[in-house]
Amino acid sequence: MSLKATRIPAGSQTVGPYFRIGLDYLVDRMAREDATSEGMIQIQGRVLDRDGAPVPDAMLEFWCAGEANGPRDHGIPDGFRRAATDLDGNFTAKIMRPVGNRLEDGRAQAPHAMVLVFARGLMRHLITRVYLEDEAMNDSDPVLLSVPEERRGTLTAKRDGEEAYRWDVVLQGTDETVFFVW
Amino acid sequence: MKDLPIVEGAVSGTQPEYLFPPYVSSIARSPRLPLLLLPKTLTERTGPVFGHELIRPEDNDLTAQHSGDPLGERIYVHGRVLDEDGRPVRGALIEVWQANAAGRYRHKVDIHDAPLDPNFTGAGRTLTDANGYYCFKTIKPGPYPWGNHHNAWRPAHIHFSLFGAGILSRLVTQMYFPGDPLQPLDPIFNSISDQAARMRLVSSLDMDRAEPDYALAYMFDIVLRGRDDTPFEEGRR
Repeated sequence: MSLKATRIPAGSQTVGPYFRIGLDYLVDRMAREDATSEGMIQIQGRVLDRDGAPVPDAMLEFWCAGEANGPRDHGIPDGFRRAATDLDGNFTAKIMRPVGNRLEDGRAQAPHAMVLVFARGLMRHLITRVYLEDEAMNDSDPVLLSVPEERRGTLTAKRDGEEAYRWDVVLQGTDETVFFVW
Repeated sequence: MKDLPIVEGAVSGTQPEYLFPPYVSSIARSPRLPLLLLPKTLTERTGPVFGHELIRPEDNDLTAQHSGDPLGERIYVHGRVLDEDGRPVRGALIEVWQANAAGRYRHKVDIHDAPLDPNFTGAGRTLTDANGYYCFKTIKPGPYPWGNHHNAWRPAHIHFSLFGAGILSRLVTQMYFPGDPLQPLDPIFNSISDQAARMRLVSSLDMDRAEPDYALAYMFDIVLRGRDDTPFEEGRR
């Protein structure tokens, strides 16, 4: 196949260390909007590298598919939120409480969000999912069941208070988060 | 999941590998365990749609965001966002950020000994129109040194972040300028191993769009992942 003759998607390049210049505005605006929003959950955690060192220049984007995909008055859909890590690798994301959806063959998926991970050092973003540990449907979720049992926990956020969860993203190492081909 | 449509990986050579040792930062931050397959469910087949309320009038003119004119070579950067079938991607959110003409970012971790420009932030955003077209006015960024290896310099580039139709079309990339001799020396540029794919990140001088006695122009068309069969052409896109 000739790459010149086909429309191959453009190649990815790292966000680098300075992405906040261009991308933080959305974090700031959403934080204002979400101060009073109901029906949302908070996910807090850290992004860590191979050595367990915090990644202070990572960005996470959460996508909750559903009926709220279109923009609201401020131009940002409820199902999308962006968060960035601080100097200690900590992030806080307020996202819509995810709902489940069905596969084409009728099986139900447990509530989950897709998470995109960007950072200096990542030439291409990573794709993962986050599930919530207190959802009963997790036990029958086809994607979770396709993950080796010993690694499923990396996709599950732990309850940490009222409408609040903890979830770390480990880029490499023994507790490496499950990432997906894309 | 064997019976379900699966999210496919990229064509070999057209996307960087996560581990690319010449780019030193990738060594401790790239996954080592096998990536798993994901079925194409509603989550993967849809994506966020952004509204015009997000964009202010000066957001696509990086030279007009302060009281004075920024220093440097004024340029237009424009082009079309297309899907894999060559169809325009309408309403695509494009976010850009870049160094100033001296090669310095307005960011606290940039300690390069080059001057900041009080009239230049280096951030812009826009939505593509009905033809998938976008245009920014900015200044040409300068090359700058970085710590990857001895005497490492990044070629001049503008960072691009795009949301197309569906979350799998999400792309963060960098646009380069034609004829820059630093490109073959740059591990980030070289991380895309297929030469044709790599060269598509290089914009082209566009004298048709240049304005005589005012500004040169560079054209940069961007193909995003996704095809006509993806179900998101609804609402305000």
